[in-house]
Amino acid sequence: MKTLKDAKVGQTVTVARLHGEGPVKRRIMDMGITKGTQIYLRKVAPLGDPIELTVRGYELTIRRQDAEMVELV
Amino acid sequence: MATKIALAGNPNCGKTTLFNELTGSAQYVGNWPGVTVEKKDGRLKGHKEVVIQDLPGIYSLSPYTLEEVVARSYIVTEKPDAILNILDGTNIERNLYLTTQLLELGLPVVIAVNMMDLVQRNGDSIDLEKLGKALGCRVVQMSALKGQGSKEAAEAALAAAKEGSHTEPPHVFTGSVEHAIAHIEESVQSLVPEQFLRWYAIKLFERDEKVLAELDLDPELAAHIEQHIADCEAEMEDDAESIITNQRYAYIQTVVQQAVRRQPRKDNMSLSDRIDRVVTNRILALPIFAVIIFGIYSVAMGGYSFSLGTKGTDWANDVLFGEMVPGLLDKILCTADGVPRVAEWLYGLIQDGIVAGVGAVLGFGPHILVLCFFLSSLADLGYMARIAFVMDRIFRRFGLSGKSFIPLLVATGCGVPGILATRTIEQDRDRKLTIMTTGFIPCGAKLPIIGLFAGAVFGGSPWVAASAFFVGIGAVVVSGILLKKTPAFAGEPAPFVMELPAYHTPAWGNVLRTTWDRGWSFIRRAGTVILVSSIVLWFLQGYGFVDGVFQAVEDNNHSLLAALGNGLAWVFYPLGWAGEMAWKATVATFTGLIAKEEVVNTFGVLYQYAGEADLMEDSSPIWAAVAADFGVMRAYSFMIFNLLCAPCFAAMGAIKREMNSPRWTAFAIGYMCLFAYAVSLIVYQLGGLVTGEAAFGPWTAVAVALLAGLLWGLFRPAPRPKAQTGRMARPARETG
Repeated sequence: MKTLKDAKVGQTVTVARLHGEGPVKRRIMDMGITKGTQIYLRKVAPLGDPIELTVRGYELTIRRQDAEMVELV
Repeated sequence: MATKIALAGNPNCGKTTLFNELTGSAQYVGNWPGVTVEKKDGRLKGHKEVVIQDLPGIYSLSPYTLEEVVARSYIVTEKPDAILNILDGTNIERNLYLTTQLLELGLPVVIAVNMMDLVQRNGDSIDLEKLGKALGCRVVQMSALKGQGSKEAAEAALAAAKEGSHTEPPHVFTGSVEHAIAHIEESVQSLVPEQFLRWYAIKLFERDEKVLAELDLDPELAAHIEQHIADCEAEMEDDAESIITNQRYAYIQTVVQQAVRRQPRKDNMSLSDRIDRVVTNRILALPIFAVIIFGIYSVAMGGYSFSLGTKGTDWANDVLFGEMVPGLLDKILCTADGVPRVAEWLYGLIQDGIVAGVGAVLGFGPHILVLCFFLSSLADLGYMARIAFVMDRIFRRFGLSGKSFIPLLVATGCGVPGILATRTIEQDRDRKLTIMTTGFIPCGAKLPIIGLFAGAVFGGSPWVAASAFFVGIGAVVVSGILLKKTPAFAGEPAPFVMELPAYHTPAWGNVLRTTWDRGWSFIRRAGTVILVSSIVLWFLQGYGFVDGVFQAVEDNNHSLLAALGNGLAWVFYPLGWAGEMAWKATVATFTGLIAKEEVVNTFGVLYQYAGEADLMEDSSPIWAAVAADFGVMRAYSFMIFNLLCAPCFAAMGAIKREMNSPRWTAFAIGYMCLFAYAVSLIVYQLGGLVTGEAAFGPWTAVAVALLAGLLWGLFRPAPRPKAQTGRMARPARETG
């Protein structure tokens, strides 16, 4: 299974579905990462985590660990 | 009755600017009852009967964050007459997500699309009429920063409130979901207010834990509803929460396609992107950040010619509370030849008690104002989010997030603005944990304590001074790990899913207002808590029994405070505070509560040192006396205890304000004292064995037990969080 955690900087990826449950998953969905959304991986923080994404025209940061919830097409 | 209009919108949508513009100076800033979320309301300019309620900036009405829960319970219980929903026009998709939820609440909603000037500058256009038609409510445009359209937005909301009508909320969801929702609506019709029926039905469909707990449905009904949800989930092959979220965004996409026209970007890099490329650059991010912080520190508390904060504080200490206020009071209270016109005790109370005590605390005012000004500028600029982004990796290791970094950093200057800076942390648990640990950081006022002992007892060793900082930082890390495993803080780690807003010039009006709000709350505290405690300490220090007669004492060795110090000194016996120094150390610890530099001043007084030389810098005569009284480990134990124990009254006041709960305030201060006590005890008893100052005995065993307990707390596995309550049983489903 390919997840957002594995994506490389500069890649544009498409969300297949989200795994898990609870506040973190809901928050990720609330921020606009839902089925079919295109995500551009902008950069990685200087210490390697978290990562910065472009979603629905704005910048969002999430931890790699949470990015694992996001399965990609 | 007053008309109530609630302002709702995402963080960074310009809500604060609009709120300030609409209400002017007629604002009330406080906290929502029982929580650490700021509450602001005010009267609409030109309409005294209209109350504008500023709701916290939120992205959704989920049940998971405090801000969201506060906002939705306000709407459902207080039923504002209208909701004015502000959207950031440059980021309309995500902003509309909240809108779809607000529309379900069945109250009149007016949408104000903000930052229209930016939208137009990008060459985009938003068809307000189409947008309004799709969503079923009035849509106006504005540009809050330029002051355009805010009045019209308020008028539109007011008109909607007067009409009291609301149109049918748009049907956002697809057939089978609407079908399930309709069934749920039918089953709970009699249980909830009609107005909010759809909202409750959707929340039940999402298995919203707060709504489930609130309605407490009977098991049969709950099972019936659960059946509808499960059927729908099976059909859609997804869980209910995801179905709702997906469909909201899908709906928004169709609305945006109709109403928004986007110009294809020629240049993919906006100015904000270019700035960001430099300041969060892999190599440059940390150095740039260090330079910015160093710059702010230099201005706020440095010793340079441009150090505004230091100059202000020096002026407040030396001139305002050193000469002007006492001089003015002397003119009023004394006759021409300097004899007090009022009773001696009253004169002493006013000058030595109130002016000296309150003045000592108010003297920090300029430091705090300058720091708060810079910090709110950085936050408004969008830089704070980047700092959290850069630092998160380090802080999550001990249970905090990158957002805790700023408060801790600020606290190296002064704990009060540090504690106030915890406002930017959204997660309640993280915020409380940060408030509790911020006081451990050695602040500016603790430096004299370190200076005195490093100089007097340790021969000016830089290692002792450095170790004091490491002890402070260590206390933060250890407490973070320890407390995260306690029931109060346990649970899932706070999500670090954070928007990095586009950089923009700070709205100076907002920045100044925030600075003033914080400064003013500090000053107000000085007039209450600190005033009372100054009077009490002045009384205890100046009065006592001499030859069995209660009177004002010249020599404070006879004061009530000395008696109290003697009486309480046994408490600190296990820390090695024994013999001659015991009561002095005890008294100094208590006076340190006024302001930490008082610890050193108190030693000056108690060791009868009359000179003017700086106690901390020159090897003054009291150094020998202190060194003789304090052994090496005893001095170190005293220093650690005073660095870590309860902070000064000003900081305690800040804790009380930010915790917004007497229980949590007491817990925070109690924890700090106990932690300081345990660490000092371990250091003295075990360190003393090595240096020969402490004998092997029962206290050694206590120290070993405490150390073992501490290590156990640090390394034990985190207890599993209790299963979430209030959720309906859910059939296990394969994911993936």
